Amino acid sequence: MSFLAHVFGWFTTSANWTGPQGIPVLFWHQLKLSVAVVLSALVIGGGLGMVLGHTGRGGLVAVNAANAFRAVPTLALLTLLAIQPAISLKWDGFLAAWLALTALAIPPILTNTYVGMRQVDADVRDAAKGMGLRGSQVLRTVEAPLAVPFVMAGVRTASIEVVATSTLAAYVSYTDLGTYVITGLNTNDSVVAFSGALLVAAMAGMMALVLGVLTRVLTPRPLRRRTEARLSRSGGIGRRPAPSV
Amino acid sequence: MLFGTNPFFRWSYITSNWAQIQGDLLQHIWLTLLAVAIGTVISIPLAVLAWRYRIVRAPIFGFASALYIIPSLALFAILGPITGFVASYTTAEIALVGYTLLILIWNTVAGLDAVPADAREAATALGYSPTAALVRVDLPLALPYIFAGLRVATATVIGLVTVTALIGLGGLGQQITYGFNIGYNTPIIVGLVFSIALAAVADLLIVGAERILVPWARNRRTGSVA
Repeated sequence: MSFLAHVFGWFTTSANWTGPQGIPVLFWHQLKLSVAVVLSALVIGGGLGMVLGHTGRGGLVAVNAANAFRAVPTLALLTLLAIQPAISLKWDGFLAAWLALTALAIPPILTNTYVGMRQVDADVRDAAKGMGLRGSQVLRTVEAPLAVPFVMAGVRTASIEVVATSTLAAYVSYTDLGTYVITGLNTNDSVVAFSGALLVAAMAGMMALVLGVLTRVLTPRPLRRRTEARLSRSGGIGRRPAPSV
Repeated sequence: MLFGTNPFFRWSYITSNWAQIQGDLLQHIWLTLLAVAIGTVISIPLAVLAWRYRIVRAPIFGFASALYIIPSLALFAILGPITGFVASYTTAEIALVGYTLLILIWNTVAGLDAVPADAREAATALGYSPTAALVRVDLPLALPYIFAGLRVATATVIGLVTVTALIGLGGLGQQITYGFNIGYNTPIIVGLVFSIALAAVADLLIVGAERILVPWARNRRTGSVA
């Protein structure tokens, strides 16, 4: 119990709430980084997934490539970018972390978007075409809205991974909640490390809540109940089995 | 910048440091194998419980999700005082295994959920006890999903093992932190490329194992779960 008392003590020490290494500043740094990463990954991975899913070509290759991408060590990308003089000090280390983590966030969003686009009922797509919609209109007004729950499942997975992994950015270039974890690790101070981890978990939980609400708002109303059931049946958070070729 | 004293890649680094790279690679393989094997052994029973008893589903997924969310670095720091900081396999493996659980449990439960009711009824009609049906009907039919989970988990762990370099293990992560500490591109790229190559080989091996163990799925396009 004394450990938790120390943690409580750390959180109630007013010095930990002020200054450039204070909780509010580092929390904001981590939130800023995570949101920027997820948004850019959504533009790239979501965009690519939509185009591939719409045309139905090259999708399996993309999904498998995305899966292989999971093995890319984020640590390697972070350190490699952080030692390039042109990047390392840009925006207090934000740039290196942003680029490296975006690479991590793209695969789950790409895979889920692709699967979401492909699961759209062929009859619905045909009906849209029969009504005279052009390809881009089918994509925009029919396929994309129907894929929303899947895209958002990918965004949720990516967000959790990014929030957790952005602690690594503190090892190379950036100051965020990972700074507490790294400091704790280096100084053998598990109270600080644990407190940092708690803050990271709190942020991940917060993001999951916000994204849950956002998913509901963005999902076309008639779809809401059905896709929720379907998502939970088939492995909800986007860890859908990768197609084996 | 990328050239000059710090070239983008220096081939001679590989030849003159081969023994070290080889050792790191072997440690990487060992850490990965151990994590995926232990993860599988823990996940399958938990997945069966979560699938069969609705009440424990939420706690099991909650537990696995929590392990998934906690940054591995933080886990090292928390476990350190108990299981040891420096080059402790226990500390590293707890974090790595924790990371595989959610992936493997999700996929196994999804696979068990996808077993056709007909198959289960046929097993019951043939007089299989629930346990026999589980072992001889449900789990084999869930294998394509379990293998899909293994592929994702293995790739993820191979990437994540590098982080254990921060507690003195790391496999190829040693190359990465070494390169970072002296500001030298080549070792980092060695760590990066060997990790990806290792993941590719591991993926091929798993797909191969699946083709042997799940022959009935061979001529079918599996994984189209949506």
